[in-house]
Formats: sequence, C-alpha cells, structure tokens
Amino acid sequence: MSLSVQELRVYYQTLHGEVRALDGVSFSIADGEIMGLAGESGCGKTTLGYSLVRLSPPRRLVSGRAVLDGEELPLGDPDAMRRFGWKGVSIVPQFAMSALNPRRRIGGMIAELLAARKLRYLELLPELERRLDLVRLPAAVLAMYPFELSGGMRQRMVLVLSTLLNPSLLVADEVTSALDVSIQRAVAQLLAEFRDRGLVKSMLVITHDLAVLYQIADTIAVMYAGKLVEKASADVIIRAPRHPYTRLLISSLPEIGARHARCRLKGIPGQPPSLLNPPLGCRFRARCPAVSDQCGEEPPLREVAAGHQVACWQQPC
Amino acid sequence: MPRYFARKLLIYALTFVLAVTIDWLIPRFMPGDPIANMLARVSVNTNAAQVMHDYYAHVFGLDLPLWRQYLNFWGRLLQGDLGISLYLFPTPVTQVIARALPYDILLLVPAILLSWFAGNRFGALAARNRWLDNVVSPVAYLFTAMPYMWLAILLAWYLGLVLGILPIAGAYAFSLHPAWSAAFGLSLLQHWFLPFLSLFLVGFGGQAIGMRNLIIYELEADYARYLEALGAPQRLVRKHAFGNAMLPQITGLALALGVVVAGALVTEVVFSYPGIGSLLLAAIQRQDYFLIQGCFLFIIIGVLLGNFIVDIAYVVLDPRTRRGMTGEPA
Amino acid sequence: MTPSVPGREFLYFAWRNGKLRFGLALVLFFLGVALLGPLLTHYPPLAYLNPLGAEAPSATYWLGTTCFGQDVYTQFVLGLRAAFLVGLLGGGMATLIGMLIGFMAGYRGGLVDEVLNVLTNVVLVIPTFAVLLIAAAYLQVRSVLMECLFIGLTAWPWAARAIRAQTFSLRTRDFVDLARLSGMRPLKIVFTEIAPNMLSYLVMTFILQFGGAILMAATLDFIGLGPTNAQSLGLMMQTAVLWGALPLGAWWWFIPPGLAITAIVGALYVMNVGLDDVFNPRLRERS
Repeated sequence: MSLSVQELRVYYQTLHGEVRALDGVSFSIADGEIMGLAGESGCGKTTLGYSLVRLSPPRRLVSGRAVLDGEELPLGDPDAMRRFGWKGVSIVPQFAMSALNPRRRIGGMIAELLAARKLRYLELLPELERRLDLVRLPAAVLAMYPFELSGGMRQRMVLVLSTLLNPSLLVADEVTSALDVSIQRAVAQLLAEFRDRGLVKSMLVITHDLAVLYQIADTIAVMYAGKLVEKASADVIIRAPRHPYTRLLISSLPEIGARHARCRLKGIPGQPPSLLNPPLGCRFRARCPAVSDQCGEEPPLREVAAGHQVACWQQPC
Repeated sequence: MPRYFARKLLIYALTFVLAVTIDWLIPRFMPGDPIANMLARVSVNTNAAQVMHDYYAHVFGLDLPLWRQYLNFWGRLLQGDLGISLYLFPTPVTQVIARALPYDILLLVPAILLSWFAGNRFGALAARNRWLDNVVSPVAYLFTAMPYMWLAILLAWYLGLVLGILPIAGAYAFSLHPAWSAAFGLSLLQHWFLPFLSLFLVGFGGQAIGMRNLIIYELEADYARYLEALGAPQRLVRKHAFGNAMLPQITGLALALGVVVAGALVTEVVFSYPGIGSLLLAAIQRQDYFLIQGCFLFIIIGVLLGNFIVDIAYVVLDPRTRRGMTGEPA
Repeated sequence: MTPSVPGREFLYFAWRNGKLRFGLALVLFFLGVALLGPLLTHYPPLAYLNPLGAEAPSATYWLGTTCFGQDVYTQFVLGLRAAFLVGLLGGGMATLIGMLIGFMAGYRGGLVDEVLNVLTNVVLVIPTFAVLLIAAAYLQVRSVLMECLFIGLTAWPWAARAIRAQTFSLRTRDFVDLARLSGMRPLKIVFTEIAPNMLSYLVMTFILQFGGAILMAATLDFIGLGPTNAQSLGLMMQTAVLWGALPLGAWWWFIPPGLAITAIVGALYVMNVGLDDVFNPRLRERS
C-alpha cells in the first residue's frame, strides 16, 4: 500500500466563511497503481492533490490523515512537509508551463534544489540526461532559460524534474488539459511509461477528461462537491458506473470510439451546490434524476462489489 | 538586445529634443517679456528703454524669424554655449553650472545607490518577517510621505541646532578654502552628511516598500509555489523571489530619478548646499533666464544619463532582454 | 486584480479594514480643518500682527507667529485648503489624462498603442519637476489653478501606464468580446465594460495621484514657484527657512505645514494599502 488517505477534510478560509472544498475523503492507492481523479471543476479534486503536497493558507486542514509508505504525512504542517516533497509526494502542477523561474537557467535551478537536499547535481546528471532523453528533450535544455523552450517542452521538463528523485507518489494535476488534443495522448502515455519504468511508484492523475483516464488509469475515483461518490477500476467506471452522477458524467462524453454526430452530448442540468454551506444529505440530490426521500440523509461510501465503492442509497447491495 | 537599445535610444533622443524645445519655447511664448523684465530693473526713460530693448532683442537674436532662432539655439547648444549668466555676469552659464555640479554628484550618487541597496535589503527582510514588517513598513511609508524639504528641515533643526552636532549650511566651513587637506575633507563630509541623510531616508522608504510588495507578489508566483511543492527550503524560494523582484526595482530606480532630482534641489535649498538646486533658486529669484535654461538642460541630461545606465544594468541582469526575447521591460 | 466586489459587500469589508478607516479618518480630519479652519480666524494671512515677531503658540495666536508677526494658524489653514485643491484638481486631471491615454493605448493596441507608449515614456523620463519649474519661472503671476494644470499635465504617465496594462488584460475577456460582437462602439465598451471592471484600480490611481500632486505642489511652492497670490504649505516652509526660523528655533512655524502634508499623504498611502486589502482577497487573507 503506497498511500492511504482517511477522512480528509480541507476547508478554504474566505471572507464569507469556510468553503468545504474537501469534506471527508478516504481512498488508497496501491504500489504501481495509477489512480485517476475525475469531476467537474470546483469539485475539490485539485484541492485534494495539493493537500497531499503542501497545504498553505487559505487552505486549512480540518481533520483526516494520510499515510505514505507506512509513514504519516504531516499534512497540516507545511514546514514539516518539505521533507516529503519531491521524494515522497511530488507534483506536476496545473501551471506546469509557468512553473519554472523564467530568469534562471534550468540546470542551475535543479542544482540548487538538489544542493538543498545535500545531493550532488553532477552525480545525478547522467540520470537526468537519460530521463530528458526519455521525454525527447536534448540535454542542452539544462543550459537554457525556460522562456527559450516551448510550452510543451517546459511541461516535459517539469515532469522530468518532478520525478527525478523517484517519488512514491506523483500528483499530476490537469497535465493534459492545456495541450492540443494531438499531443494529449502522448503526454498521457509518457505518464504511464514513467510508472512502468518504476520512476514513479504510484500516481494520482487529476483531470476532468475521462478519456485520458480511461487510457492510462488503473482505477478511477469520481468526486462531486467535495466528496468521493464512486471509485472502481477504470473499466468498471467507464462501462458500468453505478452512481447517477458518474453515469451522467459518462453519458455526457462522446462515447469512446463513437462518431460525434450520432449521439448528442447531454450536459448535466443544474449547478453543483455551494460548498460554503453545503446542503445536508446527498449533495447531488438537487440534480439527481433518481432522487428519493432517503437522499435527505447522507449516503456513505459503500463497497458494492470487489474494489467498487459507491456513495448512493439507490445501490442494490 | 539591439532592438531594445534602439528603442530606448529613440525615446531618449525624443525626450532630449522635446526638452530642448520646451527650454527654447517657454521663454518665448510665456506671457511677459524677459527683456522688458530685465530692463525694468534699470530705470530709464521710455525712449531709451525702447532703444535698449531693440538692442538686446538683436543681441539675443530675438528679431530673427522663429525657425532661425530655434536652429540658432540648437547650434549654440551643440557648441556648449548656454549663454552668459546675468546674475554672475559675465561668467558663462556652463562655467557656473560646472562649479555646482560636483556637489550634486557627491550628494545624489551615494544617496540614490545607498537608498536603493538598503531599501531593497530591508524590504526583502520585511517581506520575510512579520515582526520586522510591522516596524519597517510604517516607517518606510512615513518617509515616502514626507516632503523632501520638510525632512531636511527637521534634520537640520534637530541634529544641527537642537543637538548641535552637525553643520547645516554650506558645503564646507566658511573659514576654510578648498584644498586637499584632511581638515577640509572632514568639513566637506560633515556638511555633506545631513543633505545626504534626508535624501537617503526618503529614497529608502520608497524602495523598501517597493521591494516588500514585489517579494510578496513574487512569492505567489507559479515558480515559487512549484519550488515549495518540491520541498525547497524557504531560503531558496525567497532567493528566487528576490532575484525576480530585483528587475522591476531597477526599472523603478530609473523612474524615481526625476523625483530624487527634484528632492535634491529643495534639499540643497534647505542646507544652502551649493549645488544646482541652490543655483536654480538664486537664478529664479534674480530672473537669470539663461542660468535657468542651463540648469534645466543639465538636469535633463543628468536624468537621461541615469536612465541609460539603469537600462544597461537591466540588460545585464535580465536574461530575457539579453537574449532578445522581449523589447519592453515591465 | 479582480475588483468584482459588489457595492454593499465592499462597504462592509471596507469598514472592517482598519487601515482604510484610519487613513480616511485622518484625511477627513485635515479636510475638515481646511474647510472650517479659515472660518475661525479673522486675521489676514500676511498682516504683521504681532509686534514681538516670532512667538510660540498662545491663546491669541493658536499656532504662534512668524518672525514678521504674521499668524501661523491663518496661513496654515489657508495653505491646507490650497493643498486639497491641488490634490483634487491636479491629481484628478492627471488621473483623467492617464485614463484617456491608458484606455486608448490599451484598447486600440497596434500603432496607436505604440505612439502613445513612446509619448508616455518620453514624459515619464523627462524630470517633470524641471519642466514645471521652467514653465513656472517665466510666469510673473501664477494662480493655484495654473499650478493644478501644470501638475495635471505632467503627472499622468504613471497612471497611463498602469491603466494601459489593466485595459490590455481586460480587453480579451469574454464580456468585452461579447460587447464587441454585439456592435457596441469602442468608447462605450471602454466606459461601460472596461472601466467599471477596473474601478478599484482607478480609485487607487487617483488616490496616489492626489498625494503626488500635493507633494509636487509643496516642492514647487518651496522653491518659490508656487501661486503668487495665495497661501500654501510649501510657501510657509520656504519663508520659514529663508527668514531663519531654524536658528530662531521657531518650530511652530515650520513643523505644522510639513506635518500636515506628511499626515495627509501618509494617510492616503495607508488608505491605498487598505483598499488593496479589500479589493484583493488574496492579500486580504495574508493579514
């Protein structure tokens, strides 16, 4: 078991009160597993990713714990988390294209980062160059400034840098969403390749793009309004989802392999609830086509089949 | 990079031409007649005044067509001829100014550079430490809000008169004559200190606030958040933020030059420091128009030169401009 | 940079912000003194009243007298009025010109932007103080309004640069595109779509220009190029220095004018920091 997260609650402090961006989320990721995390924007998936890396104000840890390789992560203490950054939990952030300091040579910056961990740049250089080769970047980029690279090159550079110390968990946050459709696949494949080669032990891939997850993820977790609503293997989520929200999410996608023109895309009517004052009971209630009286009570995340968890009262157990 | 410099030089050239034009234009188109003003001080009868007026108009070339006057003005300017000072007749304006100039350099260069360095240092410290921030920031805001001359007056009054530890007038003791001696050097330094201090403090305030705000802004930037996510120690993240905040601060230095120069002028007046500021005040009070024009030109040239030096520093420090990626620094 | 705080809510957070409250209170206090102060004095500002010359504050002369026996309080309150007038008109004019040029350059882009940018940079590089100085030096009679005009005409580049950058980033937003597509005229787009969305920015620019104009006027007045027919704080400081207030130890003569300027300009800066906190939630959360 690489990572296990229990009852994680993270709130944003705002002027209007606390926004419950993450309201009791539990899951685990096995060694070698790529877990996808899907959901609409604002459902808390990026917050979840960031919480495992570095929780800083205005985000606040309310409760919950995370254990990585048998060691508890000090999620609420950003300073103590430094020790786990990069080597324990690393991240390819959403803003990967602007993640490198524009006024530093890339190699110099990496050397500084390594020196801060008492590691020698020159010792790691051969490995670094090998990995650059893996993502098809020339070793010459190390002598360049970030603005001399294209957006895609910068993103691959960040991928190499983030995984340089072979992290136990890599959080990849919306890495494909800013890219052309034509290269999305290639980048997704690259992520899988990093895992296959053991450069990254396990991975949490956050995206709103289920097609990407279907391509590389072993398991997929679906989030809605700060909670996990369903988690199962990628195949099951795509082919046999049980939660009404997941079903709508899947049906709102063009069918994989199908021609676009044949089925009209359906959006999900309505808006997700405000997380400032989330309603009691099931949070999907207001938009759910299968709502019943029972939904006034909050449905727990229950195992409905081996490795398949759903948070909905409608599920026949 | 050549494009960057070409653009900058174009702006400086335009500025210079515009400034010289203003310098030429204003005396000619402002209401009031400089020659009449000048003659008003010597009481002569109207006929004689008319004759003298015509004579001076001819001497100063005011009876020529305007475009000729304008060209003549440029011609003389390029030969370094700024006319003769009326109040220090018959010393050429350039000579009068050349005598005052060293004092300005002595005052301005250390004040600008030291306030910039110290301001950046303290601003960066303030951005790091909440306790220090609560001390440095209010003090810095107080200094920037002060009119230069008032701070100068306060310092002169308190340190010079109440405590009586520093002289408050002139560039050296009246009893001394300029010489390469220790006594003279010490006197020079003593007289220099208070004007310097008042310029330094106001500049320090502005720079410290600028640096503090820039660092806080930079710490929110994507690269800073990424470094933190990789577990970089705070020291390293701040080092990167400081490096990036430096560039806008350099541009800010150029933009502040005009303000500092204005501050220096009034500070000199408070301390009777014999630089261009005191000279200008005397010229204005005695309506010595050639001297006013000359001082104006020197100030313009000084500021343009300062801007150019800053530009060079910017290019040296910014890889982006150096590699010709962009032509326009923030 | 997201000034989309609705009105009522803005007032609520503005009121909760201590810096804003403090700054505003101080500015309003001095404004009150400037408006009401002159009503409480019947001395002419330049009359030689006190035969003893410079005298410390007393019941007769609230802020003492100058070495000519003039009433400092009268000069001070009148000078304060002039300072607010210069701030309002000079700073206001600089902001307006800056808006005009900034909007035009930022919205039109292209050649217009290029030309205006060069113009802005030229005026930015010129030490405007020197220009003011030479212009003022040639005018025999100068009024407060003329001083405002001079300051307004030279202080705008700061505002123009900032507003141009903001306009530039707003220009490509969806709501502006929508307005453009629906055939709205550029001028109307600028004033109905862009300006309201950077209102906070404009307010803060105006506040800074207000303070800058007061400082600039004080400097001009101090060097003897202020209004020839009016009282001003800078002029008070000049006469104080020239007529030996320092060796006389007549602190009541030179402290009040500088203190008032420092307090007003400082309060304006503090207000701006407060406004920044209110408009900029990210900064707000830091403190």
